[in-house]
Amino acid sequence: MTQIPFAEMEGISKSFSGNQVLKNVNFSINKGEVHALVGENGAGKSTLIKVLTGIHKRDDGTVKINGKEVHFTHPKDAEQQGIMVIHQELNIIPHLTVTENMFLGNNITYGKTGILNTGKMRRQCKINLEMLGVSNISPDDIAGELSVGKQQMIEIARAVSTNAELIVMDEPTAALTDREIESLFEVVESLKKQNVAVIYISHRMEEIFRICDRITVLRDGQYIGTENVTDVDFDAIVRMMVGRELGGRFPERDHSGGDVIFEVENLAGKGLFEDVSFSVKEGEILGVAGLMGAGRSEIMETIFGYATKQHGNIRLNGKELAIKHPSDAIKAGIGFITEDRKSKGLLTDFSIGDNIALTNMGSISSNGIILANKEHRLIAELMDRLTVKATGANQETKSLSGGNQQKVVIAKWLGIEPKLLILDEPTRGVDVGAKKEIYNIMNELTKNGVAIVMVSSELPEVLGVSDRIMVIHEGRIANILDQDEADQEKIMTAAAGGE
Amino acid sequence: MSWKESLFKDFSKLGPLIGLIIMVIFLGFMSDAFFTLDNIFNLLRQISVNALIAFGMTFVILTAGIDLSVGSLLALGSALTAGLLTSEMDPLLAVLLGLLIGFGLGAINGLIITKGKVAPFIATLATMTIYRGATLVYTDGMPITGLSDSFAFEMIGGGYVFGVPFPAILMLVVFLILFFVLNKTVFGRQVYAVGGNEEVSVLSGIKADRVKIWVYSLTGMLSVLAGMILTSRLNSAQPTAGEMFELDAIAAVVIGGTSLMGGRGRITGTLIGALIIGVIDNGLNLMNVSSFYQQIVKGGVILLAVLLDRKSNK
Repeated sequence: MTQIPFAEMEGISKSFSGNQVLKNVNFSINKGEVHALVGENGAGKSTLIKVLTGIHKRDDGTVKINGKEVHFTHPKDAEQQGIMVIHQELNIIPHLTVTENMFLGNNITYGKTGILNTGKMRRQCKINLEMLGVSNISPDDIAGELSVGKQQMIEIARAVSTNAELIVMDEPTAALTDREIESLFEVVESLKKQNVAVIYISHRMEEIFRICDRITVLRDGQYIGTENVTDVDFDAIVRMMVGRELGGRFPERDHSGGDVIFEVENLAGKGLFEDVSFSVKEGEILGVAGLMGAGRSEIMETIFGYATKQHGNIRLNGKELAIKHPSDAIKAGIGFITEDRKSKGLLTDFSIGDNIALTNMGSISSNGIILANKEHRLIAELMDRLTVKATGANQETKSLSGGNQQKVVIAKWLGIEPKLLILDEPTRGVDVGAKKEIYNIMNELTKNGVAIVMVSSELPEVLGVSDRIMVIHEGRIANILDQDEADQEKIMTAAAGGE
Repeated sequence: MSWKESLFKDFSKLGPLIGLIIMVIFLGFMSDAFFTLDNIFNLLRQISVNALIAFGMTFVILTAGIDLSVGSLLALGSALTAGLLTSEMDPLLAVLLGLLIGFGLGAINGLIITKGKVAPFIATLATMTIYRGATLVYTDGMPITGLSDSFAFEMIGGGYVFGVPFPAILMLVVFLILFFVLNKTVFGRQVYAVGGNEEVSVLSGIKADRVKIWVYSLTGMLSVLAGMILTSRLNSAQPTAGEMFELDAIAAVVIGGTSLMGGRGRITGTLIGALIIGVIDNGLNLMNVSSFYQQIVKGGVILLAVLLDRKSNK
């Protein structure tokens, strides 16, 4: 006889203004289980969670908690039943202390006086953190000064302290360092032991296979299936998500590059990195690996002129470049796809067309006046080349899926016909299908002689895509490996500061 | 986008215009004097000053900035121009120099904001006080009179071309130029982009600091141009000229649907906003409503416009 699941959803359907986003979806989770919810962007994962927590009202189907049907109308109802959601965007108020954040809206007071019992809250905060095995956060720390990983621990501790029986984690590792990911996994393990159920939403398959017990796959709002992690492999899950054979995870590529076209010599940025020298060949992909905070993004921002360099030389095609502003880099033929798409890559309130035009003003204008014909042609051509899925060039980019947003960002840089393209975490928050498309675009570019520098925190990606791999450790180059001699272990050793 | 949605979008864009039309029809019924040519020309001349400042303010607000110094800048620019005129300088040259001074005073705002990294609200609050003080020092607190009997200078505020008041024509010409700049030029795009997200703009190769210095300079120049209309009509420069003008200018921009967060808005909206404020003032005057009540009505209209805008953006 099987136990009653903690939460059980059956035949859930939901549509928004005639657009059906969930069709007859089933999902159940037991106490003490870690259950992965996967699917491409737009598959309906978030909607399903919102139906579970009462943010959206279901059109059809049943939701049972502990075997009893429930009709939540507000997230508070779900919280009372022990369901807590930790969103990707954390609910942390940066200038308040850890304790204040933990008891936000839930303050302990002396009776009904409204006077805060700060001592009790501090002690309770400490107990909550210790329960998770977290000892390096003090209740008096200012939350905003802590790393994202620690902030997340505060949220988890808050969830646990309210006696949560089910915690939903939405892309919890997206902004964490490797070490923080490890401690998150330890916390998940300890939650499991306390019989807490965890719904784990992530694009990162390695993590899912490591910590989850079962996987439920959604595709286009439909329930595809639930599998035990031990019964399936990576390819099987991807097939379920995408609905077709994707082929290899990474496209084949020819690793032989041409002549060196881009050189960096003794580059240093104040207090962030120094002694950085490397070169990239025509048609080559140089992968850049390293722990979060090692200085990879800072090096790229400095090359691009967004951060000031202390000293060092940058040469493209043997010509010395004096880059003081991103506009200088763009003029020289360097494109930069930033790590943080929403705050640094896209004008999210603006249309696809406006975003693409932004970097290409020079080629679509004459004497400062925009030539509408040229502009429309360029935008249509680039949208077509990158197969951006949208209603048209006028669609606002914030309404696009992660993968399509990233394609728009790439499109805006292809317009300048770059000789060197820097991509910082190009596939973060992008689903499996779109990932492969992005790798294909990179391959097509290198075939035409473009040199690519790709920063990535996903080791399989670095290994699968790069021709050479540069590993950064604490602001210095720890090693540069050829594709055929590199493996995960060598990269990790170098990234961690080993020999 | 379905036709229903696009229709709705167009209507929400036209919101302020519909409001204006309703008000005009209403006032036409309430007062016989409203639809006379004299009154309409008078109205256009009255709003020209606010409209010119508000055009500049539109650019500033599109970059997510604000300029509180426009009124004081107007006074200082006007006083200095008047000073030049009394020194027997060629009036045309004095006007050009005056505009250049306005441009420079605006550029100072822009430099403090970009190079000094001071929030626009604070920076222009400070220069608002400084420019007003400088005006009082320069004029010794007294109006500068006896400027010029040159036809050209009198023309600016009081002239007519084919029966149409010159300030109204000036306003329309400036509007057309700025409409073109904002919608059809690289600079216009950059103004929107910087207001949309400065970081993204810079990373896309836009020199955001330069764009901002330009919009404050433009606003400075337009404020002094507006000041010349006043100076020319009164044939004197008042040290207290332009007090509270910043509020009417900001109101015109906001009524016109431009977002104070930057990146979203249209200069056509600002023209309509300035017309709405002008029609309220003019209409209530014709109806002999006390100026005390006028302020309440004006504030109410601003609130209504913003509330409707909020609704249509949801």
